[in-house]
Amino acid sequence: MTMKKFLASTVAASALALMLGMTSARAEDAMDPNAKQGGEIIATYKDDVTTLDPAIGYDWQNWSMIKSLFDGLMDYEPGTTNLKPDLAESYEISPDGKTFTFKLRHGVKFHNGREMTADDVKYSLDRVTNPKTQSPGAGFFGSIKGYDDVAAGKAETLSGVTVVDPYTVKFELTRPDATFLHVMAINFSHVVPKEEVEKYGADFGKHPVGTGAFKLAEWTLGQRIVFERNPDYWHKGLPHLDKITFEVGQEPIVALLRLQKGEIDLPLDGIPPAKFQEVMADPEQKARVVEGGQLHTGYVTMNTTMAPFDNVKVRQAVNMALNKARIIQIINGRAVPANQPLPPSMPGYDKEYKGYPYDVAKAKALLAEAGHPDGFETQLFAMNTDPNPRIAQAIQQDLAAIGIKASIQSLAQANVIAAGGDKAGAPMIWSGGMGWIADFPDPSNFYGPILGCAGAVPGGWNWSWYCNKDLDAKAAEADSIVDPAKSGERSKMWSDIYAKIMADAPWAPVFNEQRFTMKSARMGGADNLYVDPVHVPINYDNVYVKDVQ
Amino acid sequence: MIAYLGRRLIQSLLILLGVSLITFALLYLLPADPVRQIAGRSATPQTVENIRQQLGLDQPFIVQYWHYLVKLVSGDLGRSYIQRSEVTELIVSRLPASLLLMVGAILCELLIGLSMGLIAAIKRGTATDQTLMVASFVGVSAPQFVVGLLLLYVFAVRLSWFPIGGYGTWRHLVLPSLTMGILGAGWYARMMRSSMIDVLRQDYVRTARAKGLARGAIIFRHALPNAILPVIAMIGIDIGIFMGGIVVVESVFGWPGIGQLAWQAIQRVDIPIIMGVTLVSAFAIVLGNLLADIIAPFIDPRIKLR
Repeated sequence: MTMKKFLASTVAASALALMLGMTSARAEDAMDPNAKQGGEIIATYKDDVTTLDPAIGYDWQNWSMIKSLFDGLMDYEPGTTNLKPDLAESYEISPDGKTFTFKLRHGVKFHNGREMTADDVKYSLDRVTNPKTQSPGAGFFGSIKGYDDVAAGKAETLSGVTVVDPYTVKFELTRPDATFLHVMAINFSHVVPKEEVEKYGADFGKHPVGTGAFKLAEWTLGQRIVFERNPDYWHKGLPHLDKITFEVGQEPIVALLRLQKGEIDLPLDGIPPAKFQEVMADPEQKARVVEGGQLHTGYVTMNTTMAPFDNVKVRQAVNMALNKARIIQIINGRAVPANQPLPPSMPGYDKEYKGYPYDVAKAKALLAEAGHPDGFETQLFAMNTDPNPRIAQAIQQDLAAIGIKASIQSLAQANVIAAGGDKAGAPMIWSGGMGWIADFPDPSNFYGPILGCAGAVPGGWNWSWYCNKDLDAKAAEADSIVDPAKSGERSKMWSDIYAKIMADAPWAPVFNEQRFTMKSARMGGADNLYVDPVHVPINYDNVYVKDVQ
Repeated sequence: MIAYLGRRLIQSLLILLGVSLITFALLYLLPADPVRQIAGRSATPQTVENIRQQLGLDQPFIVQYWHYLVKLVSGDLGRSYIQRSEVTELIVSRLPASLLLMVGAILCELLIGLSMGLIAAIKRGTATDQTLMVASFVGVSAPQFVVGLLLLYVFAVRLSWFPIGGYGTWRHLVLPSLTMGILGAGWYARMMRSSMIDVLRQDYVRTARAKGLARGAIIFRHALPNAILPVIAMIGIDIGIFMGGIVVVESVFGWPGIGQLAWQAIQRVDIPIIMGVTLVSAFAIVLGNLLADIIAPFIDPRIKLR
């Protein structure tokens, strides 16, 4: 039997890009020719940063910071969702899609000066999957051989990860996993040095040491975090900035005032809703706002195990009752209407799919067919922070128009999540504030936990309690297509899965939020760096300032 | 005195114990599952159970509370669920900022409140008196969030006299102290006014006036020291009000104190931090009250500790 190997190396990138149907241009080639070296910027956040440990950090605030301090085997081309090798120089995938072999770059150094090798890769994965680490991302590594034993505390090390030589590491999987390269790009798989982790123990998150473009220079709790350029960064020419100071504890409204006075460069909590129209009405300020999509969908779940939502007609009626354009007005038009679970910038999004039209008469007719000509009473759960209660009220009014009397249960986030994870907890939930934002840009990421059977368990995130075994099988089939050349076929399969889900209508998709990043006039770099779909909220490594020599 | 102190200390400890029990119970009863939060949305049921066991959250309530108390006695407030750092370290790192803000606020409220009250009492019944009392009323009733933003807008954004939020120099301290102080200043102005009016009616003041002493000498040498004492004794009790205020004021001004820490922890249901900050605040309030009671007899010999 001949072993057909898929090879993506940076050396032969251009030739293979065609053959494999994937773009693997070197990031070095894509660097902005106008970029300037040096300079310092100030960014602000409202909340203190929780942790910079890649095994632990899982919020939109530390996500991109961790990506700048650490690296994974894979990453994405800046500002895009295109995978590229990062700490890996190249990788091979076996034809059965179950073995991934990565060749590492030589000479990559941790911030403490030691060279990174394959042992560190293995250590980092053993650490993140070890239950003692309590990583919220451990579940992403479920396809690696030996994961179950490590998760159960029966083994200390993943049997499926082998150090072949200092610059080669091999992963054996229990099933073909098309998302595995993405998994090797998420923060949880980023490489950490064992000696530093052991030195700081549970406080490693406050003393992060990685291989990334920046290193941590200072962290004064509750005040500021300072990143300094890593002069030994393996990726020559990056980062552009010498220093980033993150000032924390700054209310968005205060941050905006400071930006207007030229004191700061990036108010990273965004434009406060109350100021949005004012900013956008001022051409000078509007010019410094970058708009971009994000891998987010806001939706209403309907508990398919609870009457009357166990009737598909009722769920379809709800889908037709929602006036999404009006709901979007509530958030100052900072979103686009959604008609399917996947957001538009996600591979697998079906542009042709029309979704359910806004049609009150048809919705009423469907309700009548379902045996509820006069509607019914139900509850709509929503998170209690603005604008979610207002959005819930708009949904309530739309439902009232077809006779459904929904009372709003406006609760703290954790309580809504708890109600959703309880089978008899919540008939309807507006997902705002908790809506799904993808962990990585792959269509499968919107399925398993929120629409698949695996998530329809107590404490799970499938708040519709929708479980379609056929679709689960189809999803598994799609994810076993590892060959990058067949990625189009795989995307199509996922489009079909989501179309079938929409026929069953466990959700009423409402909108996909847009991101609006504001920056100072001195900030340079392509717009897509400021709304990077993966390095959320912005790509710190690649932006620069224009006022340095 | 010693017996009194001993009794008050035991009372204080009981209050703290009660606060810890009630807070712990309330947080326990929250429907939110902290383990789910730690484990993340992609966790398997097994991971969730592992973490629950490691944190001892599978134990019955009373056992969990007991474990917490045992650790508390040795000064261990546990580790934050979200940040994973020691709660003690998080609180200690933020206490100086909160204390500094509190000192600034006390100075502001005394300076503003006492002078307003004094002037109002002297000019009793005039337009000045009425204006000052309306102002004090506004100060007491204005929400701190609004006052803070207003001060920021006028003095930092428009006039650029002070920085727009942040921490570090005395200039950073002025606006947040003022915001916190204005509330208390309103109370102090009213108390000072009535206390002063009271004193001015006393016989010894009348005697002083009869002796032909200058007006200034009467007010500053004879009346003020007597009028000010009962007002000063209120500072200890103020600490309770400050503890509520710092949550708002620190958030508006980006002041890195424990109020901000508490607010962020509440939003994330980070139970160990919420517990820790609640206990520290309760401790501060109990201590403030205790000090106020102990100082009172020194200020006013008519009060005896029993």
